[in-house]
Amino acid sequence: MDIREIQGYASFFMTMFLVIMLYGYIIHLYRSEKKGERDYEKYGNIALDDNITSTPVEDKPASQRD
Amino acid sequence: MQSNAALEYDYSLAKKFTFLTILFGFLAMVVGTLIAAQLAFPELNYLLGEYGTFSRLRPIHTNTAVFGFTVSGIFATWFYLGQRVLKVSIAESKFLMVLGNIQFWLYFVGALAATISLLLGYSTSKEYAQYEWPFDIVVVLIWVLWGVNMMGLIGIRREKALYISVWYYLACFLGVAMLYLFNNMEIPTYFASGGLGDPIHSVSMYAGTNDALVQWWYGHNAVAFGFTVPIVGMIYYFLPKESGQAIYSYKLSLLSFWGLMFVYLWAGSHHLLWSTVPDWMQTMGSAFSIVLILPSWGSAINMLLTMKGEWNQLTDNPLIKFMVLASTFYMLSTIEGPIQAIRSVNAIAHFTDWIPGHVHDGVLGWVVFMIMAAIFHMSPRMFKREIYSKKLMETQFWLQTTAVVLYFTSMWIAGITQGMMWRAVDEYGNLMYSFIDTVTVLHPYYAIRALSGVMYLTGFIMFAYNIYKTMTSGRVLSEEPQFRTPMA
Repeated sequence: MDIREIQGYASFFMTMFLVIMLYGYIIHLYRSEKKGERDYEKYGNIALDDNITSTPVEDKPASQRD
Repeated sequence: MQSNAALEYDYSLAKKFTFLTILFGFLAMVVGTLIAAQLAFPELNYLLGEYGTFSRLRPIHTNTAVFGFTVSGIFATWFYLGQRVLKVSIAESKFLMVLGNIQFWLYFVGALAATISLLLGYSTSKEYAQYEWPFDIVVVLIWVLWGVNMMGLIGIRREKALYISVWYYLACFLGVAMLYLFNNMEIPTYFASGGLGDPIHSVSMYAGTNDALVQWWYGHNAVAFGFTVPIVGMIYYFLPKESGQAIYSYKLSLLSFWGLMFVYLWAGSHHLLWSTVPDWMQTMGSAFSIVLILPSWGSAINMLLTMKGEWNQLTDNPLIKFMVLASTFYMLSTIEGPIQAIRSVNAIAHFTDWIPGHVHDGVLGWVVFMIMAAIFHMSPRMFKREIYSKKLMETQFWLQTTAVVLYFTSMWIAGITQGMMWRAVDEYGNLMYSFIDTVTVLHPYYAIRALSGVMYLTGFIMFAYNIYKTMTSGRVLSEEPQFRTPMA
């Protein structure tokens, strides 16, 4: 197998890998919302309700969340 | 973290960096307008002897725009919105306050000294990386101080979820740190040679094609992590906050973030198409540039959709106008860039005026508009006063919008004309035009560009005046506005 062929295979598998990663991430985002594990859209309120006395949208670090 | 009965956000650092943003913005634009005029009217090169020539002033224009204006804007907005989205005041930590002030003074003095060094002719001759080694060390110190400050603030936060803007500022910090260090690896010749030559002079550690590759990996990603990533971070905070509408899709913002992070770093070699760089690397640069449209437009469309059902705000709030126009110019320049990165298009576009045309619709239309909008939004909160004049803001908007349109349209025409003339051959295969033929044809477009520079600079002076009057004589506000910025 010459260098050109290796480059060709490498490029093909890297593209496949990246496509799978990207779609996998999209599926992960939607699935965890559907299962009720996370509500991503609530984080949008962090910008709107940003007074220092406002209740945090999330007040526990990631490791202690349910 | 100390507990305090009447906690308040501390805007002292944001204010200081806001002043620097305006100062360096003015400086970058004055020099930019002058060198645009020099290209149209060459006799303007001889106003100040060696200090007034295009070659001396051009690096001052670009470096002041990037490392002066934009970086100050990034620091100013970080010290404002960083506190707000993390729901913690920087004044709660004395250490962070002291660090922030050291960062400010080091940055102010360092940036002025670096600018003077360029004026004196000290340059590494690497585009956007012209600062010589002593200034590079200062840049690294400032950046580390900012990084420690940012991580420190994140460390003492009350809001445990990191808002999307924080991700973008973190990426800006990490990206620039990596790029700046690697591209500015250089050897001070005085010390390496045992005392020969100028102590400030240095040579790059890389040579030939490798040097070019590292340089354009840096150059392109300086655009990515300086002109794109933090500005997206700004709009993700300021547009929702000003309009009172949460981001249209938070999930899309996450997806675009990771997309942008991954794709941008591979696109730099499109600056070296048709050069001695390996063929596969050029192809990769082109391919990743095209893919880059997706995450860029993902963010821009997300911003426009944030205004869904609230488009009436566009007509009665000039600040929304600034931000919507900024995201529209972001879309324009992120479709234009990939088009220029296609090999056949690049064969005509490269080295022509279309390239500065592209850079300026991105920087003037997107970066400067967004930073000005951020300062307009922050000012009433920082100075507790209403914006001095809405009318002045409207006039500024239309003047600068016209200026940007004149700039990029004249450069599109100039660039394509130039590219076509360079390639034109007669029936025997001889070049039809000499270089001076193209210069003669392009003169009117250069004059239009200089005019657009004057218009944009005038708009920026109006902006500075409006902010100055806001600080000094705007109507005092009894309480902080929640969403829409109050203006007289």
